Amino acid sequence: MNTLIVRTAIKILTPLFLIFSVYLLFRGHNEPGGGFIGGLIAAMPLTFHAMIYGARETKKMFKINTMVLIALGLLISASSGLVSIFEGQPFMSSLWADFYLPIFGKPGTPIMFDIGVYILVVGIVLRITLNLSEE
Amino acid sequence: MMGVLVILPLLIPLFAAIFCLLSWKNINGQRMIVLAGSFLLLVGSAFLLREVWLHGIQVMQIGNWPAPFGITLVADLLSAGLLLTTSLLGIFVFIFSIPNINLERKEYGFYPILMFLLFGISGALLAGDIFNLYVWFEVMLMSSFVLLSLGGTKNQLEGSVKYLVINFLASSIFLAGIGVIYGLTGSLNMAQISLLLPEIADKGLVTLAAIFFLVGFGIKAGLFPLFFWLPAAYHTPPSAITAIIGGLLTKVGVYVLVRFFTLIFFSEVPYLQPYLFVIAGLTMFVGVFGAIAQNDFRKILSFSIISQIGYMIMGLAIHTPLAIAAVVYFIIHNMLVKTNLFLISGVVYAAAGSFKLKKLGSIYAKFPFIAFLFIISAFSLTGVPPLSGFWAKFLLIKAAVASNYFIIVGVALVVSALSIIYITKIWNEVFWKKAPDGEGSEKIFYNQTSFLRLNRLLILPVVLLTIIIVAMGFYAEPFLDFSVQAAEQLFNRDNYIKVILRK
Repeated sequence: MNTLIVRTAIKILTPLFLIFSVYLLFRGHNEPGGGFIGGLIAAMPLTFHAMIYGARETKKMFKINTMVLIALGLLISASSGLVSIFEGQPFMSSLWADFYLPIFGKPGTPIMFDIGVYILVVGIVLRITLNLSEE
Repeated sequence: MMGVLVILPLLIPLFAAIFCLLSWKNINGQRMIVLAGSFLLLVGSAFLLREVWLHGIQVMQIGNWPAPFGITLVADLLSAGLLLTTSLLGIFVFIFSIPNINLERKEYGFYPILMFLLFGISGALLAGDIFNLYVWFEVMLMSSFVLLSLGGTKNQLEGSVKYLVINFLASSIFLAGIGVIYGLTGSLNMAQISLLLPEIADKGLVTLAAIFFLVGFGIKAGLFPLFFWLPAAYHTPPSAITAIIGGLLTKVGVYVLVRFFTLIFFSEVPYLQPYLFVIAGLTMFVGVFGAIAQNDFRKILSFSIISQIGYMIMGLAIHTPLAIAAVVYFIIHNMLVKTNLFLISGVVYAAAGSFKLKKLGSIYAKFPFIAFLFIISAFSLTGVPPLSGFWAKFLLIKAAVASNYFIIVGVALVVSALSIIYITKIWNEVFWKKAPDGEGSEKIFYNQTSFLRLNRLLILPVVLLTIIIVAMGFYAEPFLDFSVQAAEQLFNRDNYIKVILRK
């Protein structure tokens, strides 16, 4: 896999993949997209990197601890459900802040959940591919 | 803040598991987290049970979506009682696992997976929606599969592949049942289905769905024709894992059958009753004969699980409030006793270095205290009065006699007598006979006190469980009262539907 064409292509495509994955993540609430598909797409350039340079190189270059990603993602998602309990509503009720952020829109618990899923999916896909390609 | 108690048994193990993952490399840290988590789970489910006991069924609508549309979590007496038993066993097995599970298995995530398993069981017990129930069963299946195969020895992999394949098959049959129900009623909420199902004109499809669920959960519970995966898988991993899986998972299958046949398919019971009786009788017989034929401590116990499941299905088939009360008592009794027996097999392994009856022996001469602990649980399992097994079987047989099902009474009594054979076999081979020369590592421990001192974390949960089992027998009234109340609540469908659908 380690050819000039692939190496050059992945260098150009990596930022595109990442930007597109974040776009899908934020688009997900009312339109097709969301944390899961976003996470998968974000994991793609890293998977390509591992295919080209080998899993060890990828680990060295990106310094990612996949287990921390998985745990962090789960923690964010699970905590997003807790917010509503402290407001006296059932677990996972959707709550939104009453102010707007530029570009981002109205922050709320659903996007927090989706961000958690995004991180979790990146973590799991990377853990699987890196472990398998290390064999 | 109403209903927060219902979600606590899910949140506590989930967050404990997450924090374990965060401290992946720090085994001591994970141990403290799991200790705190399982203790909080115990406290939380105790409070939940108290709340249900005082104020009736507790409900939480996840995400504030009203009942037939959203996911509902329901805690009634049965599920809260089983939840408390589960969390009790969770903390005991955790204590046992500290010395019992080796470092390699802990480094590969034993602690977080244990928490995920408790998370899945809590979810399955609390689910008020059949699809949600399916998801919880998958959580349980995945974590139990990892636990069974953790360590990756050849035996374990062989056993866990059988376990995984047959349980996937069961899950897909269960899923087919969900599909039929959803097609018929357009709902997945158990209360709503219970309300709509009697109005369905096509009774044949309702029966079909009932059989899908019976087969699916029958496989998971280890019922007669489809039990073979259970003894193939359960004796391979370390004792702590066998104890939690063998003690709990099959009973969750029985719990779901009880829930479905009292709440949803109550009109199907008269039609299915003869089949249920045949299945119950055969399950009892096959289990007990299988146990008698085995020559491995834990294989005998695995087959004895099957035989005990037969009793629970017998109670389900009789289907009077008294019989269901007996089943509730039986499930709780069996969870405790079976887990304890598996833990004792682990203690024997620590003392003598084997599970094979051929290689064991002289435990009574060297460690009379272990033999004493074993004999209490063993007597309780066979139903010697006044221990807990006696009350469980007594209630079942009383219910069967009251409804004039004398054949199954005969079968139950014969199987109960036969179960003495395998208990005697274990007693003779493991505890009584002289140990074969030159086998095992039993020579390390020359006297009992040094063994008990060195392995106090193995002994402590066994002693505590034995005390609970004895209490459940000698002081049976509150437990029996609880079971009767739980059964009454199960038969009071209108109240269940009213609480959930707010009608």
